Amino acid sequence: MTVYSKPGTPGSLVTFKPRYENWINGGWVKPVKGQYFEDISPVDGKPFAEVARGTAEDIELALDAAHRAAPAWGKTTATERAAVLNKIADVIDANLELLAVAETWDNGKPIREPLNADLPLASDHFRYFAAAIRSQDGDHAELDNDTVSYQFHEPLGVVGQIIPWNFPILMAVWKLAPALAGGNAIVMKPAEQTPVSIMVLIELIGDILPPGVLNIVNGFGLEAGKPLASSPRIRKIAFTGETTTGRLILQYASANIIPATVELGGKSANIFFSDVAQEQDSFYEKAQEGFVLFAFNQGEVCTAPSRALLQKPIYESFLSTAVERTRKAIQGNPLDTDTQVGAQASNDQLEKILSYIDIGKQEGARLALGGERVDLGGDLSGGFYVEPTIFEGNNKMRIFQEEIFGPVLAVTSFTDYDDAISIANDNLYGLGAGVWSRDGNVAYRAGRDIHAGRVWINNYHHYPAGAAFGGYKSSGIGRENNKLALGHYQQTKNLLVSYSEEPLGFF
Amino acid sequence: MYEPASTAIVVGTITVPGENLPRVELSATAVVTLRELWDEFGPLMFHQSGGCCDGSSPMCFPAGEFITSDRDVLLGRLDIAPAGAEPRSIDFWISAEQFEYWSHTFLTVDVVPGRGSGFSVEAPRGVRFLIRSRLMDSFT
Repeated sequence: MTVYSKPGTPGSLVTFKPRYENWINGGWVKPVKGQYFEDISPVDGKPFAEVARGTAEDIELALDAAHRAAPAWGKTTATERAAVLNKIADVIDANLELLAVAETWDNGKPIREPLNADLPLASDHFRYFAAAIRSQDGDHAELDNDTVSYQFHEPLGVVGQIIPWNFPILMAVWKLAPALAGGNAIVMKPAEQTPVSIMVLIELIGDILPPGVLNIVNGFGLEAGKPLASSPRIRKIAFTGETTTGRLILQYASANIIPATVELGGKSANIFFSDVAQEQDSFYEKAQEGFVLFAFNQGEVCTAPSRALLQKPIYESFLSTAVERTRKAIQGNPLDTDTQVGAQASNDQLEKILSYIDIGKQEGARLALGGERVDLGGDLSGGFYVEPTIFEGNNKMRIFQEEIFGPVLAVTSFTDYDDAISIANDNLYGLGAGVWSRDGNVAYRAGRDIHAGRVWINNYHHYPAGAAFGGYKSSGIGRENNKLALGHYQQTKNLLVSYSEEPLGFF
Repeated sequence: MYEPASTAIVVGTITVPGENLPRVELSATAVVTLRELWDEFGPLMFHQSGGCCDGSSPMCFPAGEFITSDRDVLLGRLDIAPAGAEPRSIDFWISAEQFEYWSHTFLTVDVVPGRGSGFSVEAPRGVRFLIRSRLMDSFT
């Protein structure tokens, strides 16, 4: 067990700057209007740093820098860009604990997660795309003896990226790595709930990239996000967030006729077939843990397995064991490596979760566990903590249909295979799902029949860089991770070359 | 039988075809915030969000900023003007597919301290619109 010291106190790995400016053209740049906002730590509910409140003017400065940098960066060799990405990965690895403390303080997540997941995944992501860009070939077709079609991958130029607050560094990296690998310059806006940890990362990696290749402007969605997303000076916009803003982003993209990728969340079903409980063995333990993963990152995961579907014969026994397992989850100081459940990222998030717990009760769902805000006392008293909560109900209830983005699980039963698939697919979203069965044929068929972009079979919440991630239905457009993501940051140049000396003969 | 919550001072008009009960209201604090926002941005609209992160929050935009379509449902019109003043009507929209799952609940738009994301106009003030819901017995 380790308890990391609070940032800014003796022995802490992190001392935040009192104020974070925007990062533009390889340096710190004050916001044009001179305004700042406070970043509040969800760990204790107190402000800990000021952050530039960027506006359209700052976005323009960032776009100026990006446009200056893009042509040369786009002409670097894949070898050079891969070397840069690998260096960034090395720096992340070398500063893993420091970045983990910063991430926990900004977001509220228990530090075991950034130490063991967010940051190792982030550095690996850079390495994956370093490898992907080096191994990417164009292609050609010999159309006839004298005519050859060559296809090249060219960068888009300058791209815009808007980052969510649930994995502030990792979600930024998911978008950064393929964009940089593809040879693009970037203007990025982090989430206003978690604007600082990415700036701590920039302090470490900023000088590895040529000035202007990566520019970060903080601020509010209305004041900085909209001018970025609607700018005619970007060639692509990427967004992770909710559906209304997603539609707005697509609207702006249509006005500028640029591509947009949007990841808009989900309400993922986690399906447990009866045979899971055939033996009380290690696999059963694994499945039980798979159920409790709804509380990972306090449920603030787009693919949180927030609907558990249990087959009738095992419903009571599986659920009662899983409820006890969840009850034992340690909620406490997010800087303690023993803590399993930390703080929700913001006060309004906390309020929203409590409002859903309220509607769940009104709709007649049975509360099997939790359901209350938690006061951890002492210094943490002002933090945003909610008990892991388990409801039993049916799939028509709103707690089964909406992404609560909190540690709230909705559990129901199913009779047979068809019933399971029908319930799983009766939802607006299709980002993730889980299937647990000892019968490989059942698991495979379920995986193919569920309308979701990622189906975990006999595991959950695993995010290797090589596995494509993205939504079906209202969960969005496009894929992240995997070399497929490069395609969202490149355009195809076709050179159609004739090696013939003969005229065509038409005129 | 519909009874306005004690804090609510603006109840939406009935706009869903075939229905005879309102579906949405504003809490008193929401009305105060919206009047200030109207002064700053002019006419406003709401679109109810879903999905990731700040999903399930109502997003408030300058009227017309968000393009609605036949696949959206107008849940109600909320007039925030003080008594006797010119009407200041705010349309509250939700996507038709989301409405299918929400149609049994009555929505109260409230305001809480927070740092909501999205492009909603209130966020820079350090507050966030929030939906509180209660069950409707029937809506016709």
